[in-house]
Amino acid sequence: MTVAIYEVFRRERAGAAMQHAGSVAAPDERFAEIYAREQYGRRGESDALWLVRRDAVHEIADFVDEFDLKYRRVDGYSIKERLKEARERAGTAAPADR
Amino acid sequence: MATDVRTEEFLAQVQSGGVVETGDWMPDEYRKRVTKFVEMHANSELMGVLPERDWILRAPTLQRKLALTAKIQDEVGHAQLLYRVVEDLGKPREACLDDLIAGRSKFHNVFHYPTKTWGDVGVIAWLVDAAAIISQKALLKCSYAPYARIMRKICWEESFHILHGRDVILTLVTGTDGQRELVQEAIDRWWEPLMMFHGNPIPPEDDPMVHWRIKSQANEEARQQFLEGYVPQVWELGLTLPDPKLRRTDDGVWEYTEPDWDRLMAVVSGNGPASAERLAFRRLSRAEADWVSRTVLAEAA
Repeated sequence: MTVAIYEVFRRERAGAAMQHAGSVAAPDERFAEIYAREQYGRRGESDALWLVRRDAVHEIADFVDEFDLKYRRVDGYSIKERLKEARERAGTAAPADR
Repeated sequence: MATDVRTEEFLAQVQSGGVVETGDWMPDEYRKRVTKFVEMHANSELMGVLPERDWILRAPTLQRKLALTAKIQDEVGHAQLLYRVVEDLGKPREACLDDLIAGRSKFHNVFHYPTKTWGDVGVIAWLVDAAAIISQKALLKCSYAPYARIMRKICWEESFHILHGRDVILTLVTGTDGQRELVQEAIDRWWEPLMMFHGNPIPPEDDPMVHWRIKSQANEEARQQFLEGYVPQVWELGLTLPDPKLRRTDDGVWEYTEPDWDRLMAVVSGNGPASAERLAFRRLSRAEADWVSRTVLAEAA
């Protein structure tokens, strides 16, 4: 005699990404479907729903950058100073100033 | 208020716009306050359908009966979503319902009053929902993110309810003298509870709910926004409001007769004109529906 929590994901329209919408508590999948349809679909606001039992979700929430992998990110590159130097050597100005 | 380093850090984080998720560490005081607040909101949605339920069979047309039923379904749905938020904070829904029917927890002041006529139903759907949506929109910025996300859906549905309420009111004020009188009498009855709706004017710096950024709007700010938005809408229909002091000053602040805050406290503590009747009905419906949940859970086991 237990109630499980089902996470509800909702797609607003075809082509959009599934987004987490909320959760429903239900004794089984049939009830979970009825509740999810009522809560997240009765005004035509969803094109599709996914129901996933909460205990089936594998969550990852720690993203430690142990080796400072900043060359994978845009903040790993500082262009401004070197571009300035390159322009000075070439004797040119920034495109907008021409 | 904050006593240890972890709490200080948490407070600094929420005060600077940080958000909290269900699994995150949070100080006990924060958990207690969010739980109590969302639980009261859930209770209010659940109790708020009772004054309207009384009118499903008496609504004037089939269309109105259907619209009212849909609004009630929305609100029970809000209660279920909100009780889910409370459950994830650690308090089971059954415990919330036990506390509600035993009178150990609160629900909003406006649901402690009777609905005498169809005019009351219109005023509730229009002005009570308008007052509610002002608070609810401010709660979209709540530091407790699961609650803020649910508020997005609730606000979206409430905007239908206000339109439904306005439609009822406009139909009545463009009808017979008797229908118009029905609206005026209902407004006269509901004005005091509406003025109490946003709570006593506690300064935001003294409000622990603002301190933890559970609320981002001071009570008086919400009431001023309500007056600014809706008093002109009432007046433009040729209706009056039962407060001789009510006026907008040159600098845009609304003045009004100070409501009796002790009376508000008495009402929300279960001493309003319809409190006992509403709680008795909720107790009865819980007892009568008990076999349904027992059957469903037994079959699913």
